[in-house]
Amino acid sequence: MNKLRLLFLVTTIIAAPAAFANEATAPKQQNWEFEGVFGRFDKPSIQRGFQIYKEVCSACHSLKRVPFRKLTEIGFSEAEVKSLAASYQIHDGPNDAGEMFDRPGRPSDHIPSPYANDKAGRAMNNGALPPDQSLLLKAREDGANYIFSLLTGYGQAAPEGITVPTGAYYNPYMPGGIIKMAPPLKDDSVTYQDGTKATLDQEAHDVVNFLQWAAEPEMEERKHMGIHVMLFLGAMTAFFYVVKKRVWSDLH
Amino acid sequence: MAHAPQEEQPGTKGWIEYRLPVFSMLNDSLVTYPTPRNLNYFWNFGSIAGLCLVAQILTGIFLAMHYAANTGLAFDSVEHIMRDVNYGWLMRYMHAVGASMFFMVTYTHIFRGLYYGSYKRPRELLWFIGIIILLIMMATAFMGYVLPWGQMSFWGATVITSLFGAFPLVGDAVTTFLWGGFSVDDPTLNRFFALHFLLPFVLIGVVVIHLVALHQHGSNNPTGLDAKGPQDKIPFHPYYTTKDFFGFGVFFMIYAALVFFAPNYLGDPVNYMPADPMVTPAHIVPEWYFLPFYAMLRAITFDIPLWIVGLLVIGLSLKLRYPDVVRAMLGNSGILGAVASFLPKKAWGWSCLAPLLSVGFILVITGFAGAFIPSKLAGVLTMFGSILLLFALPWLDTSPVRSSNYRPIYKWLFWVLVVDAIVLGYCGSKPPEGIFPLVSLIGTGYYFAHFLVILPLLGKIEKTLPLPASIAAAVTKKA
Repeated sequence: MNKLRLLFLVTTIIAAPAAFANEATAPKQQNWEFEGVFGRFDKPSIQRGFQIYKEVCSACHSLKRVPFRKLTEIGFSEAEVKSLAASYQIHDGPNDAGEMFDRPGRPSDHIPSPYANDKAGRAMNNGALPPDQSLLLKAREDGANYIFSLLTGYGQAAPEGITVPTGAYYNPYMPGGIIKMAPPLKDDSVTYQDGTKATLDQEAHDVVNFLQWAAEPEMEERKHMGIHVMLFLGAMTAFFYVVKKRVWSDLH
Repeated sequence: MAHAPQEEQPGTKGWIEYRLPVFSMLNDSLVTYPTPRNLNYFWNFGSIAGLCLVAQILTGIFLAMHYAANTGLAFDSVEHIMRDVNYGWLMRYMHAVGASMFFMVTYTHIFRGLYYGSYKRPRELLWFIGIIILLIMMATAFMGYVLPWGQMSFWGATVITSLFGAFPLVGDAVTTFLWGGFSVDDPTLNRFFALHFLLPFVLIGVVVIHLVALHQHGSNNPTGLDAKGPQDKIPFHPYYTTKDFFGFGVFFMIYAALVFFAPNYLGDPVNYMPADPMVTPAHIVPEWYFLPFYAMLRAITFDIPLWIVGLLVIGLSLKLRYPDVVRAMLGNSGILGAVASFLPKKAWGWSCLAPLLSVGFILVITGFAGAFIPSKLAGVLTMFGSILLLFALPWLDTSPVRSSNYRPIYKWLFWVLVVDAIVLGYCGSKPPEGIFPLVSLIGTGYYFAHFLVILPLLGKIEKTLPLPASIAAAVTKKA
């Protein structure tokens, strides 16, 4: 029996260091408003993030799961959403004459994709489709920190052993270290309407806040409800504990 | 349970009871049902598992109202549930986290049975039905995970269904039959949805049989002793109803904490990318509750020559033919003596052994001619064998004592098995590189050795502690 325990100890000790082998640099850890039990949306930041999406990201990345109407949830007024939607042309149809047509967007429309279809997207990007951003944060390990690190991780010299092909960039946070996306953000990529200074870190921070909202628009409501549910369950469980103690007292 | 028809009592209740004995059945199974007085909190997990099944069915029905089982729509329909359906996110997260909770609870329930010897006479069939429940649960969970049609849904389904291709001759036909085509595609998704909807209701039926078998002899208990009289038992209500409800409260708090604050903690992020048959994810891993089995599947990385199997069969035949010679070699003390006790008392005749010997020789000859069990098939057999093995457990464990509390060596080996399962799970989550295949192989070997070698021998050599006189005696001594 002792041999078996020893065997187990030895195997775990051998296995432990292998667990630390990793392909990409671990993402920089940031503090996010949305984290934790009391996490909430930082709406001004999300609005700035939407501005970056609109002016920068949307050139290549779709956001097809977010309809314009949802933007009221991050603090835009209905009138603002209406005029924003109307500034897009939506391909619709067929009409009664059997023809497809373009019309101004409505709040119920989803944000249109930069490509007519996925194949057009691939054709325009050397075969690789830039991923839709609606769920990007949830689709990556440690998503928020990962996207933040990726956006701010350009500009470092590639280490020995990594050759960066032409048209690609070195980014230590990307698995494998090579990324095809050109550095999307730099200082003053946008001019914020609220006067916030648009540093690279600020921009990356705002975009992540926006993408977090796009990926989990229910998050604030969920956590809010969760606190109420936990309070209720805590009280109920304590109640049953007391009842159980009382009922069992005649046995012990 | 069976009630002879009695006089019809006045009132509505009496009218119903006279025709359908529903009130006396409820009374017998949930109110007066005599239960050992010393059950600890590990005995809560059975009823919590039942609660999990109910929660999965309820949330699942609401999801099915909005889900579209079509490869072009499935992923979008799940996101539609998450974003547009009122409280759809709540239903889906409860369902996804609920699956994990169901497995946590069921595994604890199973390990409780292993620790306290709940599989031993007269509860063998109760144990069997439990294993069948586990198998149906696993099939249901696997098919459910395919439904969101994310990357891991698709690739997990591809890897696991391809396993059936490992079986010789019929393998490819079986795989094609499962897929309903030549790859995991629309027909596969459709049938998985149909079966995922059906199997939970099959589970309810099997759970009812599980309960009937349970109520035949009642719950086992921490002493493992049979109840000797009324002083050993207490009515289920109010004692265990209140204890169960407290357990439900704790369970729901853990469940809710995950649903509301970390709903994706146990899931793989890759599954939030839509399935793409042209792009394989870097690491294909199942959900956590399948990881130990996945490690066993991948542990066998080598082909097994048939002559080895043949030699084992011939060796076994010789032991049956000459038990006295082997007995003399082993002696009659210690572990070797315990091994010797499994030899037959009377030597088998050659005529009885002829079939076994011929099989052995055929295996050896074909083995030397180059026949082997391919590593993939060996892995598949190992994985399925790890669960099917549990059917033999009531006879593999030769100890007359049920509870580990009185088995000083088994008590430790039980925890070694728990750790072995965790190590295997960890290996299953890692890519099969470096040290992990070896650790998986050792862990798998130990898992099988625990049941096939250690348990049979341990029952013969372990010196168990003195048992208390009765359940009541054990409890009052402590107080």
